[in-house]
Amino acid sequence: MGVDVNTIFQIAGIGIIVAFLHTILDQMGKKEYAQWVTLLGFIYILFMVASIVNDLFQKIKAVFLFQG
Amino acid sequence: MEIEIFQIVGLGLIATLLALVIKEQKPTFAFLLIVFTGVSIFLFLVDQIYELIRMVERIANEASIDLIYVETILKIIGIAYIAEFGAQITKDAGQGSIASKIELAGKILILSMAIPIMTVIIQTMIKLLPNI
Repeated sequence: MGVDVNTIFQIAGIGIIVAFLHTILDQMGKKEYAQWVTLLGFIYILFMVASIVNDLFQKIKAVFLFQG
Repeated sequence: MEIEIFQIVGLGLIATLLALVIKEQKPTFAFLLIVFTGVSIFLFLVDQIYELIRMVERIANEASIDLIYVETILKIIGIAYIAEFGAQITKDAGQGSIASKIELAGKILILSMAIPIMTVIIQTMIKLLPNI
């Protein structure tokens, strides 16, 4: 397969770690930091997903002769 | 070729399990994971479709069919492919209404791309009709 499967595990791992950090920071009473950690993790994963979606769109454009 | 279906099914199963695990904590992350998996499978399928399309083009060339028609059909297949993808992803996220709008957009775009072919068909039929 062209796409590396590692990225899926990476996304899942980041999700679990962010959930963990969120819980810990929440219990320490730092609610703002917990929000920021969640937001940063989300943006990081969103970046990965957006780049692969862009890859897919470019490929579909190339395959189905959309460039004309 | 045969071994790749096992890869895809394994990928889907692993991604489903991981999404189930994350969904309790962070549903948005689970959704992104599912999007990523879907895109990887579609990216893999695009390569296979590429081979099919090259074959269709070669046959059309040998049969000396006007390439405009083949190109239109390929574009229609591309629109259907990407609209299906978007509709499924949005449906997974629970937004069924947006999914049906995407499908509607795909259908209308396909219809508007098929206008030249339909015009040719109608003109041919009119020519076939006997003059009264």
